[in-house]
Amino acid sequence: MGHDPTTETGDQLWEVFVRARRGIDHVHCGSVHAPDAELALQAARDLYTRRNEGVSLWVVPASAIVVSEPEDSDALFEPSVDKTYRYPTYYDLPDAVAKM
Amino acid sequence: MTEDPRFPYLLRMADSSLILAQRLSEWLAHAPTMEEDMALANIGLDLIGNARTAYTLAGEIEGEGRTEDDLAYLRDEREFLNLQLVEQPNRDFAATMARQFFFDAWHLPTLAALAAGDDADLAALGAKGAKEAAYHLRHSSSWVVRLGDGTEESHRRMVEGVDAVWRYCGELFEFDDVDRALAETGAGPGPGEIEATWRATVAEVFAEAGLEVPPDAVWATGSRQGLHTEYLGFILAEMQYLHRSHPGARW
Repeated sequence: MGHDPTTETGDQLWEVFVRARRGIDHVHCGSVHAPDAELALQAARDLYTRRNEGVSLWVVPASAIVVSEPEDSDALFEPSVDKTYRYPTYYDLPDAVAKM
Repeated sequence: MTEDPRFPYLLRMADSSLILAQRLSEWLAHAPTMEEDMALANIGLDLIGNARTAYTLAGEIEGEGRTEDDLAYLRDEREFLNLQLVEQPNRDFAATMARQFFFDAWHLPTLAALAAGDDADLAALGAKGAKEAAYHLRHSSSWVVRLGDGTEESHRRMVEGVDAVWRYCGELFEFDDVDRALAETGAGPGPGEIEATWRATVAEVFAEAGLEVPPDAVWATGSRQGLHTEYLGFILAEMQYLHRSHPGARW
């Protein structure tokens, strides 16, 4: 059992990721409060997999997640719009390639 | 009245699960956190599910047409065979976890023994219940460790919670003619089997929690003769009131 004394003084926020089936990715589904990782996992199980939603769970301390800022979205995301060469449709396929 | 030992055995199991679930339901909207509220409700509902299966099976074995509702709602205090442990009041969260831990550490090996036994119906009941009980034990032992090994206050409350229910733990190991008959047919656990597992689990979790296992008490006893502490009557009054006032009421 993971005992991290710095987190046992009070509840912290944990983000919960559930994998619904084998072969697909873990998807973020919500958060729980818990004093440590083990109890966060148990709380996540009780809150998010009660109706057979998952085969695997991740809990991640919310404080460990680095978030992009909304005001940065122009700088981060917009330059991709006019770079058509990043899309497969930009390229002409040689006739020799039959199935693509 | 049936001589089949499975009938009283199933009633004991079902009554213990139902009364403990009733106690856990008192925490609804009062638990320390929303997450714990959900956890205690989940555990209670697991126990009620297990009790329902056991009552239905008991009614079939008895062969007098009694349903799960008849057995749960229309028997009086002296006919209830639940462990005295489970009727003890919630007190605080630590005491609730102490009671739950002692129960879970008994419930899991008991259900596992039924699952491995020769009676197909009891084995099915045990197999389904054991998976749930494994989670219940994980939950309650996690809290025993965290509260025992937490702050000065949480440790003090955990010790008080253990002391409050310790004398009711002796009933977990009672082995009478019903148990013996079941063990002889290969359907239930043998003498001393559950006690050994229970004591090992308690020693292990208490060591991690920094708690001392109390010395054996003058164990309280009597639930198998329908003798209970002063608390059961109040639980039954609340639990059975609706059904007795409006027989057959449905949602």
